[in-house]
Order: sequence, then C-alpha cells, then structure tokens
Amino acid sequence: MITVNIQYFAILREQRGLARETLVTPAPTAAALYEELRARHNFSLPQDRVRAALDEEFVPWDTPLREGQTVVFIPPVAGG
Amino acid sequence: MFSISSDSLQPAALARSLADAHAGACVTFEGWVRNHNDGRPVLALDYEAYAPLAEKEGARIVAEAREKFPIVGAVCIHRTGALRLGDLAVWVGVTAAHRAAAFDACRYLIDETKARVPIWKKEHYADGATAWINCATRGDHAAVAKI
Repeated sequence: MITVNIQYFAILREQRGLARETLVTPAPTAAALYEELRARHNFSLPQDRVRAALDEEFVPWDTPLREGQTVVFIPPVAGG
Repeated sequence: MFSISSDSLQPAALARSLADAHAGACVTFEGWVRNHNDGRPVLALDYEAYAPLAEKEGARIVAEAREKFPIVGAVCIHRTGALRLGDLAVWVGVTAAHRAAAFDACRYLIDETKARVPIWKKEHYADGATAWINCATRGDHAAVAKI
C-alpha cells in the first residue's frame, strides 16, 4: 500500500465532492487508481476519455505510482 | 509566455508588452464569452485550470510555435473563475517581422491551447442547467442533444 495525494478538477471534483484528498491505495499504476476511484465514486468518464498526471506532468496510464506522489486525473479539456 | 490568470485580462497592456523594434506585424486573438453554444442560450461560464501543468504545457506550445514559425514574441494568457457574457476568456498575441508568421503562430497557439492545456469550461444555461464542455457521456442528456 502507498499513500498518494489526489487533486480533483472540474467534473471529477464535482463527482468526488472534494478538491483534494490523501489516499492509501493498493493500486500499482495510475490506471488502477483511476479504476478504483471510478468504481467507488461513480465517475462518469471512462479511462479512455481521461489523462493521468503525476507530480505535475502528464504520464502514460501504466506508470507505476510512488509513495507521496501528487496525482491528477485530467478530464477532457475545454479551454478557449 | 503562457500564463493562467484569475484576474481580468488587459489587452492593451498585453499588446504593449510585445512591443519590439524587430516586429513589423502583431496579430492578436481574443476569445470572448458568447451567449450560446450548440443552440442553447448561455448565461455565464466558469473556467477552471490545473495551473502548474497548464503553464508547463502552455510553455511547450509557445516553444513549438517559436520552432515552427519565424516569430519575435508570443503571449497566451487564459482566465479562470466566473466569467460573464462578453468577458475576455483568452488572449493571444504574436509579433513577427512579417504578417504571415504572426497569423500562423497565433492560430497555432490558440488551437493547441484549446486541445491540450488542462483548462475546463462549465456552461450555465438559461434554463438553469449546467454542463462541463466535452465531458458528456453516453446516456447524458447533453450528449444526446449534441448528436
């Protein structure tokens, strides 16, 4: 188990009901953590519509999680 | 220079920041909050950004524009927070020795910003409904309405 710091934005923040949380998780990868959270909080977006960021950088979904990392899941963007 | 701002944007000051004797052209783009989207009346928008990553990705886009086009200066700045109709949501300004590069780079900056930078837009409609743009999923009324 590792501890990660998760920040939520936009639709994921609303569906989670929180902007941030510290979580102890067995998830080995960013993908596994998203699926864990999606199942628990009924996120509407499937993983293929979302990107993962670790410590303020985009990463592939299969990137291993490390203790103390900041995790952000990026819903479809809509600037402009 | 790319940045996220929670304060209102000042186009005249932004344009002055690009002043450079090497530049013979300055192209600017302003994105405004409009009163409709996909046929629905819109009353207001909320913009939210993951600022640290937005500014990193934005800086990469500016660097790409500098590699692709012979430009002198480039600025892109995007608002966050609650915006009203007519408010300025994004401002892009590019200077170059000649106009073609300035037009092309300005287009590149706004297109890539919209496609890649972690900024989200929530629309508030006249009927009281709201929606996060591009986030509709199957079974969602907003998604059905757009098909």
